[in-house]
Amino acid sequence: MRVLAALSGGVDSAVAAARAQEAGHDVVGVHMALSRQREQHRTGSRGCCSIEDAGDARRAADVLGIPFYVWDLSERFERTVVADFLSEYAAGRTPNPCVRCNEHVKFAALLDKALALGFDAVCTGHYARLVAGPDGVPALHRARDAAKDQSYVLAVTGPERLARTLFPLGDAASKDEVRREAAARGLPVASKPDSYDICFVADGDTRGFLDRALGTRPGEVVDTDGAVLGSHDGAHGFTVGQRRGLRLGRPAPDGRPRYVLAVEPVRNRVVVGSAEDLAVGWITADRAVWYVPAPGAEPVDVLVQVRAHGTPVPAVVRLRDGVLDVRVAEEAGLRGVAAGQSLVLYDGDRVLGQATVTGAGRARRAPADDAPPPGASADALAGASGEGR
Amino acid sequence: MSAYLDHAATTPLLPSVRQVLAEAWGRTGNPSSLHAAGRAARRVVEESREAVAGALGARPSEVVWTSGGTEADNLAVKGLFWGRRTTAPERRRVLVAAVEHHAVLDPAFWLAEHAGAEVVLLPVDGEGVLDVGALRAELEQRAATTALVSVMWANNEVGALQPLDEVVALAHRHGVPVHADAAQAVGQLPVDFSASGLDAMTVSAHKTGGPGGVGALVVRRDAPVTPVLHGGGQERGIRSGTLVAPLVAGFAAAVTESVSGLDEHALALAALRDDLVARVRAAVPDAVLRGPADTGRRLPGNAHFTFPGCEGDSLLYLLDSAGVEASTGSACQAGVAQPSHVLLAMGVDEADARGALRFSLGRTSTAADVDALLAVLPGAVERARAAGLVGGALDAATPVEVAS
Repeated sequence: MRVLAALSGGVDSAVAAARAQEAGHDVVGVHMALSRQREQHRTGSRGCCSIEDAGDARRAADVLGIPFYVWDLSERFERTVVADFLSEYAAGRTPNPCVRCNEHVKFAALLDKALALGFDAVCTGHYARLVAGPDGVPALHRARDAAKDQSYVLAVTGPERLARTLFPLGDAASKDEVRREAAARGLPVASKPDSYDICFVADGDTRGFLDRALGTRPGEVVDTDGAVLGSHDGAHGFTVGQRRGLRLGRPAPDGRPRYVLAVEPVRNRVVVGSAEDLAVGWITADRAVWYVPAPGAEPVDVLVQVRAHGTPVPAVVRLRDGVLDVRVAEEAGLRGVAAGQSLVLYDGDRVLGQATVTGAGRARRAPADDAPPPGASADALAGASGEGR
Repeated sequence: MSAYLDHAATTPLLPSVRQVLAEAWGRTGNPSSLHAAGRAARRVVEESREAVAGALGARPSEVVWTSGGTEADNLAVKGLFWGRRTTAPERRRVLVAAVEHHAVLDPAFWLAEHAGAEVVLLPVDGEGVLDVGALRAELEQRAATTALVSVMWANNEVGALQPLDEVVALAHRHGVPVHADAAQAVGQLPVDFSASGLDAMTVSAHKTGGPGGVGALVVRRDAPVTPVLHGGGQERGIRSGTLVAPLVAGFAAAVTESVSGLDEHALALAALRDDLVARVRAAVPDAVLRGPADTGRRLPGNAHFTFPGCEGDSLLYLLDSAGVEASTGSACQAGVAQPSHVLLAMGVDEADARGALRFSLGRTSTAADVDALLAVLPGAVERARAAGLVGGALDAATPVEVAS
C-alpha cells in the first residue's frame, strides 16, 4: 500500500512509520503544521508543533529514507480545534481538543487529502489496535499497553475512516519498547521527552490562554442553595470536579473540601458543593458514532469511559430519538462528568461507540424511565479535560 | 524518467569546476599567511578575484568575497545603511522592491526594528516589474532622508527583469546608492557591473554551476560600506574571515565558464523554456503564466505558473514522486509553504498564490526534461485539484464561532 505516515517529530510516530515501512508499505512522511505562529524551539515537554519538531520529523524521515513534506493545516486546526475549544469553554462545557483534532484534522483533512493524492492509508503513532472484521470493517481495540492506550481519543473517528488507517504501535508492549526500537533503528528522537498538555497552549497555562482569548468576567461562586461564597474572574476558568483555586474565604460548615459542581456561563456562576454532590448516576450524550449496530430502546450492558485515562465503569445504555441514555450504578464512583466530554462505550477492550456528553446528574435525581433527564442542559454542567492526542 | 527543473534553487556543479575544486582542496595554505603555502593560496584567491571581476565587468578591487548571496545582501543593505548614516544621520529610509528576496527584505526590516530605519516597499505591476513611477515619487519627495535603494536584477520566483537602468539613473540623480541582487542573473543574462552603474551587486556561486558557500558583493571602492563581520580585517576590512581558496577558485571557474558563450546558451535556454510554457498551457489550459508575458523580459530559464484550485505543495509531492523536481518558488519556514510575497505583491490573491509552481531550467536542461514534466503534469494537476478541494472544505457541523 501507499501509506502516508504522519510524523509529529516525536518518537511514537517515527517508530510507527518505520514499522509500516518494514511491513512492506511504500511510505511517505508528512508533518502537519498546525499553528501559524510557531515557536522556534520546544519548551520542555510542551507543545507539538514547534519548528524544532518539524526538524525532528524531517530527520526521522531522513533516517528512514522516505520522502518528507510539511502540510500546512493550521487554518483548519484554528477553525475547528482551537475555535471549538474556546467556544466550548465559553459555554461552560469541557472539550477534549485531541478528540476534536482526530475528528476534524488528522482523520479528516489529512486523511482526505492523502486519499485524494493517491495514498491508500494514513499511519500514525497512536496506541490502539485495529482488528479486521469479517466484512472488512475494522474493530477498534485498546492498545496492548493499557497505560498508553489511546482508543478513547480515537473512537470519534468511526470505522469507515479507521479502515484507511494503520496504528503500528497498537501491539507495542510499552513505551520503553518503542524507545528501545527507535534507538536500535538509529532514530535521533529515541530519547525525546513525551509531550503532554494541550499542544496549542505552548506555555501550558490553559487558564491564561482562556483568559486572553475570552477575557475576564467577574462573577459569583455559590453553594447548592444559591448562597454566595466568593467571587471569580471568569466562569471559563472552572471545570466540574475542580477543587483547587476556588478562593473561598470561609470553610464549609462541615469542614470538608468543596468542589465545582457546575459552571453556569449565562448567569456567570460557579456552583460548589461536596464530593457526594459530584456523584454521577445518569449521563446523556448525542452525536454518536457506532462500531456495532446501534442499540435501541432495550438496555444494553457496556463499560463507559469519560476521560482519556479514566477508569471504565459498568453501565446500561439505550438509544432513544438519537439521545444516548446511560445509567451508572452510583457505587461505581463515577464523578464530575461534564457536558462536552467524550463518552466511549467498550465491551472489554473493544470500542462499541462514542458520543458527546450533553448532561449528567446524580442517581437520586434520575428521571422516570419514560421522560428525558431533567437539568440536562449544557448550562448546568461542565467537567474535566482528558489528555490524549 | 526524471527531470531536475529547479535550477533557480541550485545548479549542478559544472564538471570543470569539480576538477578545480578537487585539485584546490589538496593544497594547504591560509591566503593571509606569509609563508610559501600562504602565498600560493593568496595567488589563487587573487587570480580568482581577477577572473570574477573580468567576467562581471568589475575591477578586481571591487570584488568582496562572502559566504554566499545572503551574506552579500546583508552586507549591502546593512553596510550601506550604516555607512550612509555615519555621515548623514538623517538618511534612514531604505527603499526596496516588494518582490525582493528575503535576504534583502529581512535585513531591511531588521534595520527598521533595531537601527531606526524606515523601510519603503516599492510596488510592482501585475507582472512583477518595479513601478518606476513610485520610486521617482519617493526620491523626489524624500531623497534627502533616503539611505539606499535595493532592486534585484531579476526576480527569483517569476523571473521578471527589473528596470535597473532607470532605477540607477533616478537614484544617482538624487545621490542615493543602489544595490542589486544579481544572484539569478549571472549565467543567464549579460551582467556588467561597471556599465550598470550600480554601487553594489550580489552574486552567488552555486546558482551558476559553482560550489555552495561562496559568493561576492561587488561594490564600488567609494561606496560607504560599514562591515557586518569584524575580525582579521580581510577584504579591505569590509568582510573579515579566512578566505577559502578552493571555494573562490571554484566560483571563478564557474562564472568564467557561465559567461563564455552566454548569448548562445541564453537563446537555447529561452527556446526550451518557451516550449515548456507552450506545452504546459496546452496540457493545462487554465494554468496562468505569472511574470512578464513577453518572455524576452524574463529570465530565459524561468517559467512560473499558478494552477487554479491546486495546492502547490500537493503538486510538488505528485511531481516529486514521479521524479520531476520543481519548486513552489516561495520562501519556506521549516518547509511550510507560505503564499508567496512576490505573488501577493503582484496582486495575485492568496488562494491563487497557493497554487504556484516554478520550473527553472539551466545549463544541463534538455528537451527530455520538458517531456518528463509533461508526461506527469496533467495527471498531477487533476489529482491536486481534487485534494485541494478536500483540504479546503469544512464539515457543516463544525463550530467556528466563539460564543461569548
